[in-house]
Amino acid sequence: MSQMWTAKLRNKWQKELPIEKLLPDDQPAYVSSWIYVFGVLTLATLAVIIFSGIILAFQGPAWYHISKTGKFVNSLHFWSVQLFFVFMVIHLWGKFWMAAWRGNRFATWATGAVAFIASIATAFTGYLVQTNFDSQWISFEAKDGFNSVGVGAWFNVTNLGQMLLLHVAFLPAILGVLTVVHVLMVRKRGVVPPIDSEPSPVNEASK
Amino acid sequence: MTGWFADFMNHPATYLKSGWLQISVTNLLVILLMLAIFTLAIFLPFPKDKNRHHE
Repeated sequence: MSQMWTAKLRNKWQKELPIEKLLPDDQPAYVSSWIYVFGVLTLATLAVIIFSGIILAFQGPAWYHISKTGKFVNSLHFWSVQLFFVFMVIHLWGKFWMAAWRGNRFATWATGAVAFIASIATAFTGYLVQTNFDSQWISFEAKDGFNSVGVGAWFNVTNLGQMLLLHVAFLPAILGVLTVVHVLMVRKRGVVPPIDSEPSPVNEASK
Repeated sequence: MTGWFADFMNHPATYLKSGWLQISVTNLLVILLMLAIFTLAIFLPFPKDKNRHHE
């Protein structure tokens, strides 16, 4: 066997996550429940957020604060975030109460939890870059909080340029990577069964 | 923004306060709505897939 790192990585990937598990065409019977829908709803709203965010970034505030289409896309971006958090929190509640870290799924749970925190940071910087009275109010309230814990000079919420770059570049990249890893972990370990269910062959095989 | 929605939105939020706990009525409603959706998601039956093949 080749000792190239590419060959080692390929072999590890094929062993850990073969294409049948990456793109399954069937799921265990217990997945037929509404509570299992909220993960993919979160992903769907994230897709709308990213798509509308890219349009806003290209067009700029002079467009999305003035034109009717711009205001619509701006609102689409904002309200998608509200739905994103509603779906994500319900997903979190569901997974918490079914102890979704069971069956060697700690990494799946942990990446989801960190992605939740990254989402809060991304949404927070989004509120700060609305360039309206709302963002002005939020930033001037938040600066006292950040100054009181000693990070105000490094993470300056009244610095529009810093907040905008964090919101459109750094934080979405972090959130994107976490989301991809989270979904890959779900595919690798399988969807967590309910606590009182019989062990599924699909999930048992992934352990 | 004009009309009844503007009138509804154009005033400070109403807050509920009990000791250390303070929450706006709007935020409380959103949390109650999420709890309602969570409860429905657990108890509402999921549609059956008629095309699913049982092996």
